[in-house]
Amino acid sequence: MQVLKSLATSLAALALCAPALADITIGVSLPLTGPASGLGIPANNEIKLWPTTIAGEKLKVVVLDDATDPTTGIKNAKRFVTDDKVDVIIGSVATPVAIPIAGVAAESETVQLMLSPAELPAGKDAWTFRMPQSNSVMAHAIVAHMKKQGIKTVGFLGYTDAYGESWLRDFTPEAEKNGIKVIAAERFARADTSVTAQALKLVSANPDAMLIVASGSGAAMPHKAIVERDFKGKIYQTHAAASRDLVRVGGKDVEGAFVVSGPAVVADQLPDSHPSKKVALSFIVPYEKAYGAGSRNQFAAHAFDAFLVLEKAVPMALKKAKPGTREFRAALRDAFETMGRTVVAHGVLNWTHDDHWGYTLETGVILKVVNGDWKVE
Amino acid sequence: MDFSIVSILLLDGLTNGAVYALMGLCTVLVFSVTRVIFIPQGEFVAYGALTLAIFQTGRVPGTVWLLLIMATLVALLDARLHWQQHRNAVGALAAAARSLAIPAAICALSVWAAPQQFGLLVQAALSVAIVTAFGPMVYRLAYQSLADASSLVLLIVSVGVHFAMTGLGLLFFGAEGYRNPTFWDVRINLGPVLLKGQVIIIGAATLALMVLMWQFFSRTLYGKALQATAINRLGARLMGVSTIGAGRATFAMAALIGALSGLLIGPTTTVFYDSGFLIGLKGFVAAVMGGLQSFPVAAIGAVCVGLVESFGSFWASAFKEVIVFTLVLPVLVWRSLSHGQSEEH
Repeated sequence: MQVLKSLATSLAALALCAPALADITIGVSLPLTGPASGLGIPANNEIKLWPTTIAGEKLKVVVLDDATDPTTGIKNAKRFVTDDKVDVIIGSVATPVAIPIAGVAAESETVQLMLSPAELPAGKDAWTFRMPQSNSVMAHAIVAHMKKQGIKTVGFLGYTDAYGESWLRDFTPEAEKNGIKVIAAERFARADTSVTAQALKLVSANPDAMLIVASGSGAAMPHKAIVERDFKGKIYQTHAAASRDLVRVGGKDVEGAFVVSGPAVVADQLPDSHPSKKVALSFIVPYEKAYGAGSRNQFAAHAFDAFLVLEKAVPMALKKAKPGTREFRAALRDAFETMGRTVVAHGVLNWTHDDHWGYTLETGVILKVVNGDWKVE
Repeated sequence: MDFSIVSILLLDGLTNGAVYALMGLCTVLVFSVTRVIFIPQGEFVAYGALTLAIFQTGRVPGTVWLLLIMATLVALLDARLHWQQHRNAVGALAAAARSLAIPAAICALSVWAAPQQFGLLVQAALSVAIVTAFGPMVYRLAYQSLADASSLVLLIVSVGVHFAMTGLGLLFFGAEGYRNPTFWDVRINLGPVLLKGQVIIIGAATLALMVLMWQFFSRTLYGKALQATAINRLGARLMGVSTIGAGRATFAMAALIGALSGLLIGPTTTVFYDSGFLIGLKGFVAAVMGGLQSFPVAAIGAVCVGLVESFGSFWASAFKEVIVFTLVLPVLVWRSLSHGQSEEH
């Protein structure tokens, strides 16, 4: 009898606790270790600065390390949907990990806010929304700039992974439309001790410009190798390289390089009329206060933007269902698809049912490295 | 593909091959003396280069604190061992002090020297001292008590040590890479080839280290003791050679050469906390070519790996690693055909 009584009391207590379970739970899988940790750590730093509530609901954020390993990423995602019963999955920053997580998200009908510009086969991204600009939006900005500079031929030197490949796939047709040809394509890996051979082959093909597709400080070595081979043309870098580390490691060799980037990292140089300026500044100021001057970067801004879109979509979804339920997740997805024009630090998003990329073509900003600092072109 | 391209690729391949050769030699050395397949060999390279990089910024590298922690653990273990054998508190304390003295001195020196921003050579010497001190500690903590276990167990421990060291590397140095300043800023144009000072240093240092190792093993008593342990552990022990001492000395040498390799490649590439693994692995491929026992074959194999890598990157950069690591297959086939079945130890 005593046992029964205590059982009943605890059940009652549990029932009383139930509303607390309706907190909004977010599962975050980021590469805090491994090759892409340079991208994951800053994103996690921004998540640490997130407010603790969203639309009046308590926010529970579970951050797991996926070690830049697709298998670990899947494990994390499965844990999120089965154990933590999350409402949203965020991650990963690493493209090879983000893709399999999208599979779990679609299967469990959970919204995924992807922090990497990963390509998914048609119909597979029904539950996946991307925070970064698509490579084609960025390629558009680079190609436009190249055209202005009168460039006709391009050499491509990229990572031998999904990021490098998808750039090559997006860049080539966009360039060809504008009369620019990719005449040589070489690959390398971040931890390579030398890219002399690749640089040699590219320079001997004698293109007007080079496009280097790499991330963070990993983008400096190929850049230096090309400069060392006396390449006189222009060198372009992608948005994953738009961080201080490129300049820190590359030194004077990266001087004059063109880097495409979202507006977030150069907010202070943007004209006041730029829609993202105010939002981007509200990202930069607290972030640099917490992590030091000049610490702003692309990836932390994506995490910042993820919170912004949630802040807009969650109240819409709350009207339809309670967090923690299947209905809430579906309502959240509908909210993302119907919330319309949303200004975030990285540009202007407009997700629709058919377009889960969303950025407008004007998003990419070309920066030039001048005296070790960014200058908006 | 003309002469100038070939000569540039040759130089690039030889430069990388020289570093792989040092890795290969260490792998052979460690395996022959202790039967450990030392996967974390490459980590010493990254630690060496990155410790110097942090010194360059005027901060105290995290490796200093790791060294201190490991030295304390080793001192406690040594004291316990002494106590169990002799029941003598003073002796145990003395044993602990002996293990702690050198690492503690290196740490104190580093903490004092870091903010003073001494010249590059002083910082390089300090980095080498710190990383070399890791060698014997890693042996003491991870391998010494397993010295008689099978090669497989030792291999598994190596994998563990590798992951631990990579993880700690991320903690100390961060996820982003560093490039060290060059030691000798000179450029010589030899026809199409641009010979940089650092490349000359790599070549010269590798040759010098190889000659030194050769002299050490053939001329000094200490070297001969190591060689004796490599040929027959039990026999060497019966002749009064301490196998534990031999193990520690071997690991110290491996760490020393690793740290020096790190200083050598630091200025030519961006070194990340996890860069060492692939470098060590390519050295391992070379060591396998030498059957994990022949120093000269391992060195030649390493140069081959470097050259194949360089020409492979030129012709098919997307398949570079595939080409390099496939190299090991024909070698294994050839070795197993020509040497027949060897007994499992």
